[in-house]
Amino acid sequence: MRRSMLFMPGNNAGMLLNADTLGADSIIFDLEDAVSPAEKDSARILVRNAMKYLNYGNCEIIIRINSIDTNFWKADLDEIIPLRPHMIMPPKVCSHKDIEVVEDYIKKVEKKHGIDNPVSIIALIETALGVENAYEIAASSDRVKAIFLGAEDLTADLRCKRTKKGDEIFYSRGRIVTAARAAGVDAYDTPFTDVEDEEGLKKDAEFAKSLGFTGKAAISPRHVMAINEVFSPTVEEIEYSKEVMDIIRIAKEQGKGAISLRGKMIDAPIVERARQTLEAAKALGGVL
Amino acid sequence: MNKIVSSLKEAVKLSGLKDGMRISFHHHLRNGDYVINMVMDEIADLGLKDITVNASSVFDTHAPLVKHIKNKVVTGLEVNYMGAVVGREISSGIMDKPVNFRSHGGRPSDIETGKTPIDVAFIAAPTSDCMGNCSGKYGKSACGSLGYAFADAMYADKVVVITDNLVDYPLSDFSISETYVDYVVCVDKIGDPSGIVSGTTKITKDPVGLMMASYATKVIQHSGLLKDGFSFQTGAGGASLAAAKYLKDLMLKENIKGSFGMGGITGYLVDMLEAGCFKALMDVQCFDLKAVQSLRDNPAHREVTASHYASPTTKSAIVDSLDVVILGATQIDTNFNVNVHTDSNGYIMGGSGGHSDTAAGAKLTMIVAPLTRARLSIVVDKVLCVSTPGNTVDVLVTQRGIAVNPLRQDLKTRLEEANLPVVDIHELKNIAEKITGVPKNVVMGDKVVGNVIYRDGTIIDTIKNTLK
Amino acid sequence: MKINRSASAGTLESSDIYVMVEPNEDGIELELESIVYNQFGEEIEKTVREVLSDMDIQNIKIQLKDRGAVECAIRARVETALRRAEGADD
Repeated sequence: MRRSMLFMPGNNAGMLLNADTLGADSIIFDLEDAVSPAEKDSARILVRNAMKYLNYGNCEIIIRINSIDTNFWKADLDEIIPLRPHMIMPPKVCSHKDIEVVEDYIKKVEKKHGIDNPVSIIALIETALGVENAYEIAASSDRVKAIFLGAEDLTADLRCKRTKKGDEIFYSRGRIVTAARAAGVDAYDTPFTDVEDEEGLKKDAEFAKSLGFTGKAAISPRHVMAINEVFSPTVEEIEYSKEVMDIIRIAKEQGKGAISLRGKMIDAPIVERARQTLEAAKALGGVL
Repeated sequence: MNKIVSSLKEAVKLSGLKDGMRISFHHHLRNGDYVINMVMDEIADLGLKDITVNASSVFDTHAPLVKHIKNKVVTGLEVNYMGAVVGREISSGIMDKPVNFRSHGGRPSDIETGKTPIDVAFIAAPTSDCMGNCSGKYGKSACGSLGYAFADAMYADKVVVITDNLVDYPLSDFSISETYVDYVVCVDKIGDPSGIVSGTTKITKDPVGLMMASYATKVIQHSGLLKDGFSFQTGAGGASLAAAKYLKDLMLKENIKGSFGMGGITGYLVDMLEAGCFKALMDVQCFDLKAVQSLRDNPAHREVTASHYASPTTKSAIVDSLDVVILGATQIDTNFNVNVHTDSNGYIMGGSGGHSDTAAGAKLTMIVAPLTRARLSIVVDKVLCVSTPGNTVDVLVTQRGIAVNPLRQDLKTRLEEANLPVVDIHELKNIAEKITGVPKNVVMGDKVVGNVIYRDGTIIDTIKNTLK
Repeated sequence: MKINRSASAGTLESSDIYVMVEPNEDGIELELESIVYNQFGEEIEKTVREVLSDMDIQNIKIQLKDRGAVECAIRARVETALRRAEGADD
């Protein structure tokens, strides 16, 4: 269950220590924007040592590497892949070719270290070209398990102003979700950048959920709780899903074809959705 | 009759202060206080020696005390709290006699029962009239409540009021009445307003602190105590304030009407009063300007004396009616004993204040602290100093789990049923040491530099000198 | 590995450690200042010497200002300083 993904600066020794206590389902150790060029070496060595010596418990570990147009990304993978993170997040992915480039190098490193369990990829899409190519990126490799919309860089590329309301990224959000679902992978929404505005964050997250996003990234730990809340199934959703599954079971036992619940026909997509909701509820262990 | 004295030196002379006597101060001006240093300089100037200073607290701004100690002007110290600057010197062993540490409730109790008589009390008063009716609510050095000064004023042989805002008689809204006051001195400034109260005390931005605050609020929510009539105290630490804010949101959401908020009062508790979370605030000390203003303007915000707050020998004190208190710790051991007197290296840097009083009184005493600070675990086998005994502490909240005192099985069950991350305190220590490694024990010297006097009068621990 | 020039790594922030290294003629010269010296002084020195030995360094002057870094951070900062001093990253 990945509702919230929290960015953590890769070169901050103090923050790495408590990264797993902030409530996020996934932690993104950032070797890219949060680290100055002069400290890239320092950050990747620190993150590698933290992964080796600290126990991050149930937290999923994602590493945002530097983009493939820099001199840093190969060294990032050299250091990090042997520590077996759950996912690698390449930034500024524009096409399936970018994924190929990253994947080829990952394979080399994995082979060198005898790693037979391939690391997954979450592609950060933050260019106009990337948005237009979202489906081919999402479907480019079995390793790609999710795509993630980065709206700050995207709006710069689109030459529009990034606003709280987010009308300017409405199309991109829709396209990302559609591409992800078409390729059978997860879709993650861009972080909300006003740390102080909790109401705004909640609205933004609820809107992303309504579009079909699986979860949302956060640049501030203060946003994690609200994101988790929004992307967790509600008590009503769980109750409804249980009813759906119950009525399906009874219908099957009685050999009935068409069935309805609360005056609405229950078809296959509704059953699938109910199943997913209950699975998510179970993964959260009743703590919602 | 004229109580106005032309200078501080004159007032000291008139008070009849002699070698070997005891004087007292209160600490509402906190780290902005000028009065202790001014008075001690005059005393030193007059050639007096062997004075015992009974100050409710000593802050870093009182570093000049060290000089007076080394010159034997001051040979005895009685405090409830001591900041790290003077604390470091005391820890190194500069005094012959140990410092006596009391609690905010123990101090007025010992003054009132005659265990620690005071010859001359010096009252820093932000506003006074010529007869000594005085208050902390008004004036350029306004500090709000004068709660800690009442016992001094009422029981000292001689009482000197020192003010920088002399007003016409009578100051009708006085806190301490003229009936106790012998002399009034007007000086330029009794303190630096920026050190007295901050404009605002702020909620922490530290994500770990917010996480702990969120757990603390959930512990209160599921403790069984959060219902109409609820009473609450918290300190001014960033995580405690965040807890107060979360608690306010929860109380409003669930429409719970509490009875009172207590303690060092901050704007966050004022917000809770104004939002209807409490019927009253009981205020022994203000921490920020919003609290000072509220005390001045809102009749439901009451100034109370330190005795009323926490004395163990009054017929009843407010702490006896307290439901929940949130407190801090520098160390807590696996028996839930808490250290707030020294740091992890054994240097004095604090004191009980109201810690042990509220812990003894409250139905739920909660310690909120990060499991590790730098490379040190907050949970240890044995605290370097027992400030508050473990049998009065119910629960420890950290970002890596909540430990419940085994004496409180009922609470443990409640928190577990609420799906909160309840962990044995020994396990918390293990978790911490997996991160930090196992520390070597700090070795202290043989000289006792501090006695920790519990509110019942017993010495529950001593503080030894540090070794370099 | 050989220390070719002086270099530094880390910060003076809480939970971090600042490491300075420079070439040395004759053996390992180690200077440690730590806010947790009483509790972890020996442990820190042991960790640092381990990293030096892992990277096969016999001659170095190394100064450390520790602000309560845990073992993995100490290892990371020392390693970073050493690599920078070797010039591997330029």
